[in-house]
Formats: sequence, C-alpha cells, structure tokens
Amino acid sequence: MANVFSNAFSSLGEWVNERAPGLMPVYRKHMTEYYAPKNFNLWYYFGSLALLVLVNQIVTGIFLTMNYDPSASGAFDSVQYIMRDVEWGWLIRYMHTTGASLFFVVVYLHMFRGLMYGSYQKPRELVWLLGMLIFLVLMAEAFMGYVLPWGNMSFWGAKVIVSLFGTIPVIGKDLVEWIMGDYLPADATLNRFFALHVIALPLVLLLLVVLHLAALHEVGSNNPDGVDVKHGPKGNRWDPTKPADGIPFHPYYTVKDLVGVGLFLAIAAFIIFFQPTFGGWFLEHDNSVPANNLVTPAQIKPVWYFTAFYAIVRMIPSALGTAVWGVLGMFGAIVLLFLMPWIDGGKVKSIRYRGTGYKVALGLFVLAFFGLVLIGTDSTAELIPMLFGAGVDVTSLENLFGRVMVLIYFGFFVFLWLYTHLGWEKTKPVPERVTTHD
Amino acid sequence: MANEVVDQGRRRFLTTTTAVVGGVGVVAAAVPFIKSWEPSAKAKAAGAPVTQSLKKIEPGQQLIVAWRSLPVFIVNRSPAQLAALPKQDGRLVDPGSDGASADQQPKYAQNATRSIKPEWLVMIGICTHLGCVPDYVGEMKAEPFDPNWQGGYYCPCHHSRYDMAGRVYQGVPAPKNMAIPPYHFVDDATVQIGVDAEGNA
Repeated sequence: MANVFSNAFSSLGEWVNERAPGLMPVYRKHMTEYYAPKNFNLWYYFGSLALLVLVNQIVTGIFLTMNYDPSASGAFDSVQYIMRDVEWGWLIRYMHTTGASLFFVVVYLHMFRGLMYGSYQKPRELVWLLGMLIFLVLMAEAFMGYVLPWGNMSFWGAKVIVSLFGTIPVIGKDLVEWIMGDYLPADATLNRFFALHVIALPLVLLLLVVLHLAALHEVGSNNPDGVDVKHGPKGNRWDPTKPADGIPFHPYYTVKDLVGVGLFLAIAAFIIFFQPTFGGWFLEHDNSVPANNLVTPAQIKPVWYFTAFYAIVRMIPSALGTAVWGVLGMFGAIVLLFLMPWIDGGKVKSIRYRGTGYKVALGLFVLAFFGLVLIGTDSTAELIPMLFGAGVDVTSLENLFGRVMVLIYFGFFVFLWLYTHLGWEKTKPVPERVTTHD
Repeated sequence: MANEVVDQGRRRFLTTTTAVVGGVGVVAAAVPFIKSWEPSAKAKAAGAPVTQSLKKIEPGQQLIVAWRSLPVFIVNRSPAQLAALPKQDGRLVDPGSDGASADQQPKYAQNATRSIKPEWLVMIGICTHLGCVPDYVGEMKAEPFDPNWQGGYYCPCHHSRYDMAGRVYQGVPAPKNMAIPPYHFVDDATVQIGVDAEGNA
C-alpha cells in the first residue's frame, strides 16, 4: 500500500519537474542549499516570527472581512457583531488585534538585532532598505486597520494622522481633503482605508517580503560575530565549495525556528485568551465608544507601537507660524533609520567588536526610544506627580524630559556619523571565523 | 529588408516618441483615479448655515453646535474671563491675530476678544495643530499643565493650550489661533453660523 502511494507521489513529482524544471533549484537555493552561519542566537528568531505573524494577519483578516461592514454607519456595529454573535468571531478578531501588536514587537526586535550586529552594513544595504520599506508599509497598514472599527479613537486617530499632511505648506489643506474624501473622516475615508488595508497594502507588503528575502539570500545572512562566512574557509559536510561555517537553512534553522514558533505561540495564546486588550495597550478602552465627530476622547494617544514617533511630534513646538517641524521630526526619525548604512561608516559590524562609544550610544538610543514611548503612552503624566509630588508643573517637566529624549534619539545618528567618519572608534580585533566553529 | 542598414537615429526617435506618448497616456489614465479621492458632490453639498439661540447659555458656559460636521464652540465669557484676556498677551504666539493667525478669523472678529460682541465667543473648536477638539477648561485655577491657568482650552491630543479667545500659547505644538467662522447675530439672543451679516459664506 505504502508503495502505491510513494510511487504515485514520485511520478507526480517527475511530472511536475518535467514541466517546471526551475522549481527544485529555487527550493534548494532558498532552503536546503542556503548556507546560513552556524552561530545564530536568540535574536535570529524574529525574522521568521514576523513571517508567521504576517500569515496570521492575512488568514484572520480574510475571515474578518467576511463579517465586517466598511461603512461609517455599520462598521462599529459589525465589529460588535463579530465579537458577540459570530461563532468564534471573538477569537479571530483577538488573533488579529494581538497579532498587530506582536507584529511590531517582533519587528522592533528584528530591527534592533540589525543595529546590534551591523546587519545594515555593506553588502546588506539593500536588505536593510527593503526591510525599512516593510516597516513603513506596516505602519500605514496598522494605522488603517486601527481606523476600521470606527470607534472614537479610530475616528480621532484618523483625523490626527491625516492632519499630519495638513502641516505641509501650501498644498496641505487640499491634500488632507483629498486623503479623507471629505472635510473630516467620513464614510468615504473608511471605505478607502478598508480597500487599502485589505488589498493594496498587503500586496505591497508581500512583494516587499519576497524582495527582502531574495536580497538577503543573494548576499547571505550576517551573524552575531559580524564575520562574513562566505569569505571564510570553504567546505562543509554537504558541499566542498560552500562555507565551512555555514549550515543548510533547512532542516537546521527551520527546526530551530520551530522552537521559537512554539514559544511565541504560547505567549500569543496567553494574551489572546487572558489579556486580549493588554490593559488598554493593545486595544484601547475609548475605542469601545462609537465614533463621535464632536467629542475628542479625554485620553487620546496612539497604540503603543506608534507612541515613540507620536511623542516626537508632541515635544517639538511650532515655530514661524507652522506646526510642520514636529511632523518633519517624526518622519526624520524614520528617514534616519533608512540611512543607517551610510551614517555608520564603521568597518566592524558586530557590537561584540565595536568601540565603547558605539555600545554606549546604542544603549542610550534604546533608552531614548523607551523614554519617548513612556511620554507617548501618557505614562510620564502619571509617573511625574508620583515621583515629584502632586503640585509640580507636569507639562514643563514632561517637556524637559521629552526634549532630552528627542535630542538623544537624533544625537545617536549625529554621534555615529562623527564617531565613525572621523575615525574616533577604537575597535577590537575581529576573528577570522565565527567564534563557535569546531 | 534584412540587408538594410539600421537607421539608429530613426530607431531612437521612434523609441522616444513611443515612450513619451505612452507616458502621457499613463498619466492621463491616472487622473480619474486620483480625482476619485476628492470629496464627492454629496460631501460638498452638506454644509448649510446653522442658527442657534443663546438664551440658555449662562456666563462661563460653553455650547457646542455642529456646522459642516465641525464642532463650533459658543461661549458666554464671564467678566473675569474677559478681564484675564489682555494679561495673557505676553505668553501668546500671536496676541493680536495679525501675524501667523491673520487668516484665522473674518475682519470683524480680528480684535482683542476675537468676536463681534465681547462676551460671545464663536469659534471652530478644532486645534490648529492636527485637528482635535480641545477641552474647555474655563475655571481660573491651577491646572497640572499650568499652575497659573486663566481659563481657556487644552488639547488632549498633543497638549496645546489656548486662552479664552482661542489664542494659542507659546511653546506648544499648535501654530495658530483657533479659527473663527463667518457668523452674525440675527437678534440679541440668536446667532447664525456660516454666513456673515452681509450674507457672505
């Protein structure tokens, strides 16, 4: 019996192979004969986890569209309908909302890994740029998804984010009306955000992910030592011409990634079943109130993953009669990340062998990011009276703290440029091969 | 045919003209898609003037009415609130509304109280930063965001602050004073928002 099946299977394989002889070489190039450095650590889980979350978002998203009504009059009720009346609708929606937050958790960790081990440096600039584009599209995707339930936070979030474009001189006001299709977020806005969220941006995202991986597999993966295994000794047990310090992605790293997937799914399941709103961090309480164009919620702030950039807008005051500076600051904070391969002129990739200045600067950069998150989530507004007494001027203390954090955030890039281009960095010797070779 | 020499100039010309004509076609085809995002005829049609009685608004109280789906604040300013206005001038971005905020009100409201009648403030309640509706904080008492608060507006989105005439304070993200819509008094106790006394919108 088994013989019948395996015969049928192999003749099917031959049949396909005769008609599409290019398939197997592609599979080998990206899986069984993609030799990745053998010293990947914990930080290398987050790329595959991001892919897992993307699949989760697409699958749960498809099922949500089956019951969601993208109209200003019906959207809020249809989300409640999914939550209460649709069989297992609550689970599918919570998988989607929790997935959105966890997407940013893994993407931020993935990006930090890149900063730590110099994965953006030559020859991986294109991998980094494509990754940053994914991050940018992901932010647009998350924002538009956030608007769809048409709660009051959705409405005002849409208003504020679209108004960011209104600060552009001359064309700003018309641009805002063009994006919204009305004079304030309305039916037209919700409809087009729905179209972009479920069709346009996911297509772009998938294409970018394919390009990101293709670009990576062309140059090969970096690793915690920042040593290029392609330039090391040749010959491993699978192929005498391939890097000695490389192992096939499949099965070695697919199996390793499965361990990460198991752990990650356990954490995700815990959140989905026990803490789906995560104390208001993943799903905000004010969004359980239908959209109201006359009342701004008392506590308006974006979901946590945007708060660092939102805090930059808040900390930069207007000048010369325009509020564009805060917006420029926010976009600048992202543009500078794009430019990392050229800002960092260092020749050593991994933080293990870089100068003390880089380690301190990266630490401060992470600190500034978390500081801005605290401001953006309004945590500082609660913490400052607790630390300094109830009578203090919260706003000026918060502004002082926040502006220092903004300076550190941008200071990181300025320092890094000076540090590496003026030759101030004293690096340690980089080993010839990855340190864990046998 | 096969033996003819290729005329490179002719080939370049044909390639360029094909590319240009094709490019113009692509741009032309994009126009309807881009224009389809503009406010529809239906959205443009909604926006008639609004008439509101002022009889039940006590001094210090604010009423919010919707005009073109925008919140319009109508405030009966108390004498104390009015008296505090000139004292704020030094802390404001544009106290006279004649600098960056020159286009934020009709001429008849470009004065010290930014209104036709001193006590009645009629203002579009949209923060000039990113379009939130600021909270009315009318009481003159120490607030967490300003220990010396003299009444005004506080935006929950990015913490911009305005005084009781909608004039923006220095050091906040909002660049301009809040906008005053065209309006006029139909009689002593009725205001019409959306048109001025001459009927101009």
